[in-house]
Amino acid sequence: MSFVLRCPNCGPREVTDFGFGGEVIRRPRFRPSFRELNSYNYFRVNVAGVQREWWFHRSGCRAWFIAERDTTTNEVLFTARPHEVGAEGNRDQ
Amino acid sequence: MRELFRPRRMWRRQQELKSSYDVVIVGGGSHGLAAAYYLKRDHGIRNVAVLEQRYIGSGAAGRNTTILRSNYKTPEGARFYDQSVKLYEGLSQELEFNLLFSQCGHLTLAHSDRAMFVMANRAEVNRQLGIDSRLIYPEEIRRLAPAMRLDQGATFPVMGALYHPPGGIIRHDAVVWGFARGADRGGVELHQNTEVTGLERANGRVTAVRTNRGTIKAGVVLSCTAGWSSETCRMAGVSLPITTHILQACVTEPLKPLLDVVVVSSQMHVYISQTDRGEILLGAEIEPWTTYRMQGTLNFLQEVCRHTLELFPQLERVRILRSWAGLCDLTPDYSPILGATEVENFHVSAGWGTYGFKAAPIVGKTLAELVATNKTPELIAPFALERFYEDRLVSELAAAAVSH
Repeated sequence: MSFVLRCPNCGPREVTDFGFGGEVIRRPRFRPSFRELNSYNYFRVNVAGVQREWWFHRSGCRAWFIAERDTTTNEVLFTARPHEVGAEGNRDQ
Repeated sequence: MRELFRPRRMWRRQQELKSSYDVVIVGGGSHGLAAAYYLKRDHGIRNVAVLEQRYIGSGAAGRNTTILRSNYKTPEGARFYDQSVKLYEGLSQELEFNLLFSQCGHLTLAHSDRAMFVMANRAEVNRQLGIDSRLIYPEEIRRLAPAMRLDQGATFPVMGALYHPPGGIIRHDAVVWGFARGADRGGVELHQNTEVTGLERANGRVTAVRTNRGTIKAGVVLSCTAGWSSETCRMAGVSLPITTHILQACVTEPLKPLLDVVVVSSQMHVYISQTDRGEILLGAEIEPWTTYRMQGTLNFLQEVCRHTLELFPQLERVRILRSWAGLCDLTPDYSPILGATEVENFHVSAGWGTYGFKAAPIVGKTLAELVATNKTPELIAPFALERFYEDRLVSELAAAAVSH
């Protein structure tokens, strides 16, 4: 089932309106090791549960925003502009 | 005569879990069952339990579009999948179960000069490895698939195709059941409705598997859980470079024979085959967002119909009977993650994206060898999890980005 996301600027739209930017991940420390950098580039939590993630309103205001969604149900818990929630990661490792 | 029609169990009725097994395989799909089967057949290891959270083949093994092929782009990938197709060729006889494998041929259409170049490249890689695969042009495509629209008026006219004669379709449920029966006959225990809830660890090893039916000790643990791999591996403390997406497919009502070959168009994100029952089986691209919810989207049905009608306008009035979705575990380089992890006795088969089913026998065989010898077989060495930490990717983007 598709789902509806509420763009913080434009309001509720179908998911096909948006580009998916993946889960929010923590940036590596300054001057990371090669391994840390690759870990940041490639590895993901990919949780079955509530995930904080980036979305892009491709067919609308073309702004990036943050959503929290349960990946087991696709229920969107909230959406917000990045500065409103702090784009800090949900990476738990 | 009566003996012929006596109903037979495919595998033994479920027993109590034992307190310990030499090998515990998490996931009762095509990979897990194949591994169990080859553990017994090649190495005589039979103290094995396969734990399946729902029923045998309820995941991706029963939801794929049953296409087998080996015309991949990288030598590592093509060599690997070629071994798998070769195993599939002998599998009906070996398992004494008709898997309905038709090597009807596989066409990957090219609609642009760029695509023609990529196909030529793939054909050359395949030829070097002895895989039957070549570039063909519209006259030959017309002979192979006379029902397909090839005129220049199409939105994306067909310029040529990569033709792979050994490719084809197989009955996926039969593959799963055949492996399950073969493993069961060898003494392997199949435990359905048995969900793994945790893995106990000590000194860099997995020591026991916690399930909803009790805790069992394990010598070696194999994770073969496809879309759920991130969650399973997290229990062992292993991170994966995977995202889980849904991939959808649908079938139409049955028609008279119309299409003998498998047709794939990367540009139009569609793959089409006709099943033995006459249904036209359609598949498309994964949804770009990650999810664990296996429910289809209207968007998929609209797109897949639009693209199919470009190639087969005569299907316009044919109705869709049903559609479904399955989970795909995608890696950044579209190649799998296969073999050992940083946890000593925890091995993984994951990251199969949209091409796991076609690899099942060779995955089972190589994983069994890894378990028995504790050495990574050369064939799967390029697919080690470690490659992502070292940035040595095996990019199959060109040959696997459209799912089939």
